[in-house]
Amino acid sequence: MAGSTVIPTRMELTRLKKKLVTARKGHKLLKDKRDELMRQFLIMVRENKELREQVEKGIEDANRGFALARSSMSDESVRVAFMAPKQRVSLDVSYKNIMSVNVPEYSFETRTSDAADMFSYGYAFTSADLDDAVQQLSDIFPKMLRLAETEKSCQLMAAEIEKTRRRVNALEHVMIPQLEADIKFIAMKLDESERSSQIRLMKVKDMMLEDAHHYSEKEEERARELEAQT
Amino acid sequence: MYKAAVMGDWDSIYGFAALGLDTFRVEAGAQPEEAADLLKRLSQNKYEVIYITEALAATIPEEIDRYRLMQSPAVILIPGIYGNTGQGLQAVKKSVEQAVGSDIVFGN
Repeated sequence: MAGSTVIPTRMELTRLKKKLVTARKGHKLLKDKRDELMRQFLIMVRENKELREQVEKGIEDANRGFALARSSMSDESVRVAFMAPKQRVSLDVSYKNIMSVNVPEYSFETRTSDAADMFSYGYAFTSADLDDAVQQLSDIFPKMLRLAETEKSCQLMAAEIEKTRRRVNALEHVMIPQLEADIKFIAMKLDESERSSQIRLMKVKDMMLEDAHHYSEKEEERARELEAQT
Repeated sequence: MYKAAVMGDWDSIYGFAALGLDTFRVEAGAQPEEAADLLKRLSQNKYEVIYITEALAATIPEEIDRYRLMQSPAVILIPGIYGNTGQGLQAVKKSVEQAVGSDIVFGN
């Protein structure tokens, strides 16, 4: 794997070493980000689950009331009752930053100052079940909004966690090992060429000394003399 | 100022009209494109929170999924008058699976 395309030069080595330091730092930061996001996410998602259960139960109860009301009223009169809603809800959205994820926060305002002032019909021609059901729905509405908030936050955070996890893994298992291998490859190459130039110098020195002092001839002469003596 | 909308069949959503939410009626027999178009139109029209009945959402799962990744709007499933299909909780579960890799919150 040691990079087929790396050029074994000192400059490249310095560059790669710097890159490795950055990659390690980035890896650590991203890992921290992932862990913190995960912690926040788990808190949020538990709340999400709880809210959802409450909201679903609340809506079901309200729906039961609506069904009861429908049974004692004609379609027509129900339709008329809800034709011109009195109340109006408008939302205000602000964003909160959780570990670089912008999660929404909703708050709502009603048009009439009294939030309970929502019955758009006279009580004479409608069933009391209808009033109860509307009241129930209205009670659950703040929770519904909170549910929207947490659920959206969870969705956004889940996507961010997935992205961060991929980045962490890519750094940890691909980029950092690759850089390390490249650095090792260049270091070995450089060591090798250093050794080879050292040897070359030693050889050249030997040859030059030989040229200057004729060591080998003198050696032979001495050997011959030694032979003659014996 | 942003608004909140409710989409679904009339029986499931008319109560929300009393609360002051804008209700948009899409009956059960309608074409999926109709719901998808409406959802798109609402998302471009300052509707920040869109509640949609599980039954209606089931006809346009891809559209719903598309809005998961967007900053806004928040598309939230609610049970309709014909009962709770568990689809809403399923969506939460999906988030957990996406983030953690396996489901550790619901545990079943």
